[in-house]
Amino acid sequence: MATMKDFRTKNKPTWCPGCGDFTVLAALQKAVAELGLEPEQVALVSGIGCSGKISQYFNSYGFHSLHGRSLPTATGLKLANQDLTVIAAGGDGDGYGIGMGHFVHTVRRNIDITYIVMDNHIYGLTTGQTSPTSERGFRSKTSPQGAAEEPVKAVETAIVNGASFVAQAFSGDVKQMTRIFKEAISHKGFALVNCFSPCVTFNKVNTYEWFKEQLVNVDELENYQPEDADCALRVLAEANGTVTGILYKQKRPVYHEVMSGASDVAAAKLDLRLPKEEQQALLQSFR
Amino acid sequence: MNTLATLTWKVGGAQGEGIDSTGDIFATTLNRLGYYLFTYRHFMSLIKGGHTNYKVRVAESPVRYHGDDLDILVAFDQRTIDENAHELTEDSVLIYDSGKLKSLVIPDGIQVKLCPVPVTDMAKELGSPIMKNMVASGVSAAIVGLSADAFDSLIEERFGKKGDSVVESNKAAVRAGFEFTMERYGVLKQLPNPQPADDGGGHLFISGNEAVGLGALAAGCRFLAAYPITPATEIMYTALAHFPRYGGKVLQAEDEIAACIMAIGANYAGVRAMTSTSGPGISLMQEAIGLAGISETPLVIVDVMRGGPGTGLPTKTEQSDLNELVYGSHGEIPRIVLTPSTVEECFYYTAEAFNLAEKYQCPVIVATDLYLGMSKQSVPVGAIDFEKVTIDRGELISDEELLALAPGEYRRYAVTESGISKRSIPGQKNGRFVAMSNEHDEGANEEIEDPETRVQQMAKRMRKLNAFDPSVLSVEYDGPETTKWTLVGFGSTRAQIGEAVKHLQDKGVKVGHLQIKVVKPFPDALVKRYLSGAERILVVENNATGQLAELIRARVGFHDRIQSCLKFSGDPFTVEEILAHCKLEQGVGL
Repeated sequence: MATMKDFRTKNKPTWCPGCGDFTVLAALQKAVAELGLEPEQVALVSGIGCSGKISQYFNSYGFHSLHGRSLPTATGLKLANQDLTVIAAGGDGDGYGIGMGHFVHTVRRNIDITYIVMDNHIYGLTTGQTSPTSERGFRSKTSPQGAAEEPVKAVETAIVNGASFVAQAFSGDVKQMTRIFKEAISHKGFALVNCFSPCVTFNKVNTYEWFKEQLVNVDELENYQPEDADCALRVLAEANGTVTGILYKQKRPVYHEVMSGASDVAAAKLDLRLPKEEQQALLQSFR
Repeated sequence: MNTLATLTWKVGGAQGEGIDSTGDIFATTLNRLGYYLFTYRHFMSLIKGGHTNYKVRVAESPVRYHGDDLDILVAFDQRTIDENAHELTEDSVLIYDSGKLKSLVIPDGIQVKLCPVPVTDMAKELGSPIMKNMVASGVSAAIVGLSADAFDSLIEERFGKKGDSVVESNKAAVRAGFEFTMERYGVLKQLPNPQPADDGGGHLFISGNEAVGLGALAAGCRFLAAYPITPATEIMYTALAHFPRYGGKVLQAEDEIAACIMAIGANYAGVRAMTSTSGPGISLMQEAIGLAGISETPLVIVDVMRGGPGTGLPTKTEQSDLNELVYGSHGEIPRIVLTPSTVEECFYYTAEAFNLAEKYQCPVIVATDLYLGMSKQSVPVGAIDFEKVTIDRGELISDEELLALAPGEYRRYAVTESGISKRSIPGQKNGRFVAMSNEHDEGANEEIEDPETRVQQMAKRMRKLNAFDPSVLSVEYDGPETTKWTLVGFGSTRAQIGEAVKHLQDKGVKVGHLQIKVVKPFPDALVKRYLSGAERILVVENNATGQLAELIRARVGFHDRIQSCLKFSGDPFTVEEILAHCKLEQGVGL
């Protein structure tokens, strides 16, 4: 059986020392090992940016795709082979900026993948610009007067668009993060885990300390009902979004089981040849 | 102009009044009777109103072009007469809805035989104005000498589910139109001789788009993601109609970017996957084409070209994406661009695209256009044969080979002489790699700062296609070694070029026809060989800037001999237009 070590690669992460992404990687390695998965059964698709490098450090099949395109890549992968455990990972710029359209539609379809977003409220690899989750008034190289836009409310968006599993985690709490990852990966359907993962180099506002002060942990709330979307949205509104834990989950049909061409056999394992009588019948329909 | 024994028929009216169904019923019936047909739909980007028409050219042998002229025009409104007058000759028959068109205007200088028929009134009397398409079918049957019951079996098939009374009233509508016409006008245009298939069932009646879908299915494609766009949507419809039965997945994506990336993800996972689109969609897919190139993931894209740029002419044909397909996407990648020219080639070239994509682990684009994609035509039974499709999955690494390696030893992007490295499929033990959109080393690790690795990997990718043999698919030449004129084209214009060439040959002109069917990698040597004996070269293409001519000049030369015959109005070429060009330029007596 594979251990956490089996999910490590020889590549040394090039993230800045103290980057929140280190714990995301470690928690993910721990989660898959504890779930008893083998490296060849897992595929990790990443986007672009600091977060996108995660596929280099995680020993499974992987696809380092394009800006904002991790979700359609992961969708194609999962629909081609539903037997694989497919995880998509990226950043807030990647996933909620250029990839926002894909995000909402992947939620709607309920593709059976886990989507981990390393949310640091800033663009890191391009050296510190305002991101879709930066607070209004956030000053950066691209918003010297302070950001004029409202931040994207990613988890709320997921909930109102029919997500079947929505959670938030914090890089400062690897234990909770690991538990959430395990539940997210085990969940049948689309699972979003938005991870607050501070950028220690460019974001001097949303630091570990700042998050620690702000965060509300639903695990510590009495009578929190993760099946109740209104409850989740209320708690999120009260805490201005800085909430961790499993916020919402529901049972919904999984896309690959209901889509056009749904089959028990993975598409990648099907016969390529049609039986001869089928060929004839098919051509007959064009007369 | 017709050099074949043919008959041309057209029905026109406002969009939404049953023009397509009239054309479809008439054409399908004739196809089943053993005629060879080519049909062309002229339509506008709106749902109701405007002008639409459906033209059918009927012949004794396979025909690929809808014809310059018109023998019979069935007009439901005045606009149909105005917009199609240029196709009428003094021998044409004009059937019009006399109840609706009380003050008929025939354009000056047009002499036609007029056949007024109160089509809508007759349909109303029989119970519903909707049935005017059936009345018109009966009228048409009489004019061309078919029997009144020619449509019976199709009516039973189409309306059987709606009950006997619906079937009977439709048959009655056909008979009413038939009898009215026989009484007043009789047979005015005799059909050519039918050539029934051996089993008596008629030929296949199929569009380029449908053939693309079947070709993909025959090749083992089991995943299509696409976004609806005219004129490519029919490919998705074909996939939806036929893939699911065999476990093939079809997904309507949120946009073309997603569709193309999903196809890449699915190909990476080991299924044969594709996407289909047209102009604006192919532009959105350009970043994905680059991704497939550098990550060395197989990918098949079908681009059914339409008038551009921007939203351009959504419902009209053009061949103006060529440059984009050949040169598009940032950076440099190996790619293959195929340009099939017939329905049969749509089938075989699409099927082969999957072999090429997996063999060379690169994007393969199949470029057709609205004219080829949406025109239904008859092809002989057996001309589309699943058994003739070979499946070659290229360099896949086996489980045994992987297990013989130490963990981590497999190098997905190993530098090889051929430029192609063995591919593993997720799920295979010891086959782990990360498909990379960043530059990388042999083991799929990012090495973007290392110039040596960069050069090695770029050179590896760029030499992949050195093994591509252009002699198999890329050109077809018909003509003598030396010519006065050699006409060159790609894609759907083949039909009109072919007829123009035949016409010139009949007039004793030494003429050749070079059809280019692969534009990337460009078959330089073959094109040079076939064009070197030509006094004049006429490159015929549906675009404004002569993109194919430009490509020939860049790759092969012959600058002083090449002339362009261009059309970018949205309509396909007529044979006359091509001939006029030769006449004009050379003073050839026609």
